[in-house]
Amino acid sequence: MHLSLRMPPAVIMVWLFAGLVLLLTFASGIGYALNRRYGTQRSAVVDNLNARIRAWWWMVGILGLAFAFGQYVTLALFAVASFFALREFISLTPTKAGDHAALVATFYVMLPLQYLLIGSHWYGLFVILIPVYGFLLLPMLSTIAGDTQSFLERASKIQWALMITVYCVSYAPALLMLKIPSAPGGNALLLFFLIFVVQVSDVLQYVFGKMFGKIKIAPTLSPSKTVEGFIGGALSATALGASLWWATPFRPWQAGLIAAIIVVMGFFGGLVLSAVKRSLGAKDWGSMIEGHGGALDRLDSVVFSAPVFFHIVRFFWT
Amino acid sequence: MTEQAGAESVDPSTVRASTMTAAALMVAVKVLFAALPKFAAREDRGLPDFGNAPRIFIANHTSHVDTLTLWACLPAYLRAQTRPVAALDYWGATHLRRHISLRGLRAVLIDRSGGTPKTRVLKPAQDALRAGSSLILFPEGTRGSSDIPGPFKAGLYHLAQQAPNVSIVPVYLDNTRRSLPKGSWLPVPLICTARFGKPFLLEPGEAKDDFLARARSTVMALNSRG
Repeated sequence: MHLSLRMPPAVIMVWLFAGLVLLLTFASGIGYALNRRYGTQRSAVVDNLNARIRAWWWMVGILGLAFAFGQYVTLALFAVASFFALREFISLTPTKAGDHAALVATFYVMLPLQYLLIGSHWYGLFVILIPVYGFLLLPMLSTIAGDTQSFLERASKIQWALMITVYCVSYAPALLMLKIPSAPGGNALLLFFLIFVVQVSDVLQYVFGKMFGKIKIAPTLSPSKTVEGFIGGALSATALGASLWWATPFRPWQAGLIAAIIVVMGFFGGLVLSAVKRSLGAKDWGSMIEGHGGALDRLDSVVFSAPVFFHIVRFFWT
Repeated sequence: MTEQAGAESVDPSTVRASTMTAAALMVAVKVLFAALPKFAAREDRGLPDFGNAPRIFIANHTSHVDTLTLWACLPAYLRAQTRPVAALDYWGATHLRRHISLRGLRAVLIDRSGGTPKTRVLKPAQDALRAGSSLILFPEGTRGSSDIPGPFKAGLYHLAQQAPNVSIVPVYLDNTRRSLPKGSWLPVPLICTARFGKPFLLEPGEAKDDFLARARSTVMALNSRG
């Protein structure tokens, strides 16, 4: 029998966050020790590590607060994250004056509407709003200006920006609206599972890569990703995901398999978005989160794993 | 400061600045435009200490959000002493804009409609400079619609001539045109940057056209897209 049936979901969540705080305290301790040890001649790597850990404290704190306030605040938090990610994406995308109407609709209609549809549990429309209606409406608006120069490129880039930063990101909080008979009230734990596996996989790939990394996986796309980092990070994140089975409606082997899928999708999300970023001529999406880059640098692996995870859960568990 | 500006314009010295409005504007500008300052000479380290002496920040002008963005890019100590020079016909046109420009930005509104004699249009800006404020000035006098600024008007030269010790800081504003191009009224949220260049002075005896061309080229040189 699942532990989750005996412990209320909110209590499990408190324990999970307590675990995260313990983990971060440990990480901060290591960061402090490294800082002390290398003194004034400490490397950029240590500085970056400490900046990342500090940012993690903020991100865990904000997420924890949102979870504590319930599903609508969590949804709003993701809407804000989408907003900043969209702003970063469009800032790097060379749009023209003729795209202004389409961009206005992107920011002020599509983004809020997508999250309102999720908030009102309208599954049928939220899954097609951007891929169907956004796809048709936005180029219609761009025709008004009558500028045909690189029209297809401009329309595609705006559609990609919306798909990545709004549509795919919104699948994460959409987990909160699923009705799962075997684990009522445990939706926030599914969202926790997704974010935890994705982010822990990123962190562990970084750590394994720094410690044992030799062979580069995709030197032109993402020079810091190595085969050793990927294997070490992916296996340990999968194991950690499987070990969280008791907080989810999954059996241990199911949790492990799903975690592995999340990890692989997240890895390719990072690669694809890195390629997109480089094709737009940038190294980081922005500078919002100290040590990490922009909001999209932190969300890139969530973007690719969230829709797949959502549909797996929706298909097999609802 | 006792002299009356043009009959149409508002004497800002009688308007009390509102820190509430300024704070609200800062939040709005940060959310919509990020307003990231960069210093061309030291990309990674941010702005140098510009000190307390009055300066004239000059920038390319393509959008109504330029004034707000450049103002928000200034460090707090500079923002407190800097007053944007803004067009009365736009920033004084509605109650809201008047409130934002006068009470939030402490702008110096100038009348470019022709109602004020040409030689006196920049009089309120000169007065503000003399009173110890720094200025934000868009020397093109009007918004352009390209990455390359149009020719600079003589106003900058006259200001520099009357206050030859006041150094001029060139700034290039990026992305504001894409956020709110000419003819649009709703800004799109975009990360806008202000790239600050090295301050310069009017050389003794420098001819008007030479000075204006030099000033324009210092602004253009800061365009990272070349």
